[in-house]
Amino acid sequence: MEKAIEVKNLRKSFKSAAVLKGVDFDVKRGEIFALLGSNGAGKTTIIKILATLLKPDGGTAIVNGFDVAAHSEHVRQSISLTGQFAAVDEILTGRENLIMIAKLRHLKNPRQVADDLLKRFGLVDAADRRASTYSGGMRRRLDIAMSLIGKPQLIFLDEPTTGLDPEARIEVWNVVKELANSGTTVFLTTQYLEEAEQLADQIAILHEGRIIVSGTLEELKKLFPPAKVEYVEKQPSLEELFLALIGKKEAK
Amino acid sequence: MVTTKKHFFSDIRVMLGRSMRHITRSMDTIITVCITPIAMMLLFIYVLGGAIQAGTDNYVNYLLPGILLMAIASGIAYTAFRLFMDMQSGIFERFHSMPIARSAVLWGHVLTSLVSNAISVIVIILVALIMGFRSSAGIVSWLAVAGILALVTLALTWIAVIPGLTAKSIDGASAFSYPLIFLPFISSAFVPTDSMPTVVRAFAENQPVTSIVDAIRTLLSNQPVGSEIWIALAWCLGILIVAYLLAMLVYKRKAL
Repeated sequence: MEKAIEVKNLRKSFKSAAVLKGVDFDVKRGEIFALLGSNGAGKTTIIKILATLLKPDGGTAIVNGFDVAAHSEHVRQSISLTGQFAAVDEILTGRENLIMIAKLRHLKNPRQVADDLLKRFGLVDAADRRASTYSGGMRRRLDIAMSLIGKPQLIFLDEPTTGLDPEARIEVWNVVKELANSGTTVFLTTQYLEEAEQLADQIAILHEGRIIVSGTLEELKKLFPPAKVEYVEKQPSLEELFLALIGKKEAK
Repeated sequence: MVTTKKHFFSDIRVMLGRSMRHITRSMDTIITVCITPIAMMLLFIYVLGGAIQAGTDNYVNYLLPGILLMAIASGIAYTAFRLFMDMQSGIFERFHSMPIARSAVLWGHVLTSLVSNAISVIVIILVALIMGFRSSAGIVSWLAVAGILALVTLALTWIAVIPGLTAKSIDGASAFSYPLIFLPFISSAFVPTDSMPTVVRAFAENQPVTSIVDAIRTLLSNQPVGSEIWIALAWCLGILIVAYLLAMLVYKRKAL
């Protein structure tokens, strides 16, 4: 059981406000780990520390065997970050964005890499349009595709589906599942409980600067009293209705 | 460490290619940069020029160096603008979480500024030629002029990096360049300093624009250069070094 991430007693304050007050968790290699928390709970701060963008005030964070503060260079070799706001260059086309990242990762044939990813993410038709003309879902797909270049062992997705419509959300979920199947470790943050339920092998809940619970969905469910049977008339939710009406997508 | 050092120049090349695309896809930035200096040139030559005693029979020749500095001062505002947009969009964070030299990201912007300002300078010189600018300077003098202008651009671009990294709004990111654009007015760029009142004259004669403008003017008129070229170079290098160190300090503080 190798660990992709080990975080111990991680602390971070901004000015006088303590955001992380001693965070502990481990992420196993190859699993999907979801960090749940409300807005402002510090999820993005944790991701930024793990992705070597912020220095922690205290505690340790080891990513793929390297300390993020002491060996950030080594950490960057094996990770990829998809930030909260799609980090694509809007003036470049989708293809150019992918080629640019492939070149920065010093891959042998950037054009081929770009072509493959455009196909895989259904962006072939839009490949030569500027990213500024893309819809939110397309932009997010391009964003994730850019993160996959160079096959990093660990991918951080900071609220990957915030602001997406239900269809685009399911597309992103499928991508994440596919990633995990191919052995990549995925660390994602989300405010949607359903998202964690759908995707995650391990779930941790961040609240007031600490992890208050963590475990598999099954383990978390055991924390509650055993289920009682009640009869409730089930109405379809608007989301189910919407998806049923536009068809196909959920079936896939 | 080894890998990022090894790829430093290829990373810069990729970054340069990226921001050059930004420029070629919005040629209006270059046009905007050229329009004000060209309008100034028209104004000074055809409206005010007749009344100005610059002690020269070709006022375009006298005027051109100052106009070029104005163009560069307004051109570098776009570096601050593009840098600010990068900071906002999250693409900076992506670059920073990748195994590439951090400074390559900045150098890409700085080199782009050098190229785009070179284009504006050439456009303005061509317009000046139409308006009667003539130079007897040889290739060496022209190279020296190009060198000084490149140094000025580098120095001012590193100044522009600072607001680009620290500004809170787009307006803030580019507002810093206004004083730079107007600095040539209180210098020998448009009129000789002799006619100015003592205090103004003292300022005009001892600020960088005057020595830079005088040096370029001397080179273009193919006269022997005096001490002004060394003063000009000292100013450029001094500003360049201070601005570079400050910009790097700000950058290191912004990014881990």
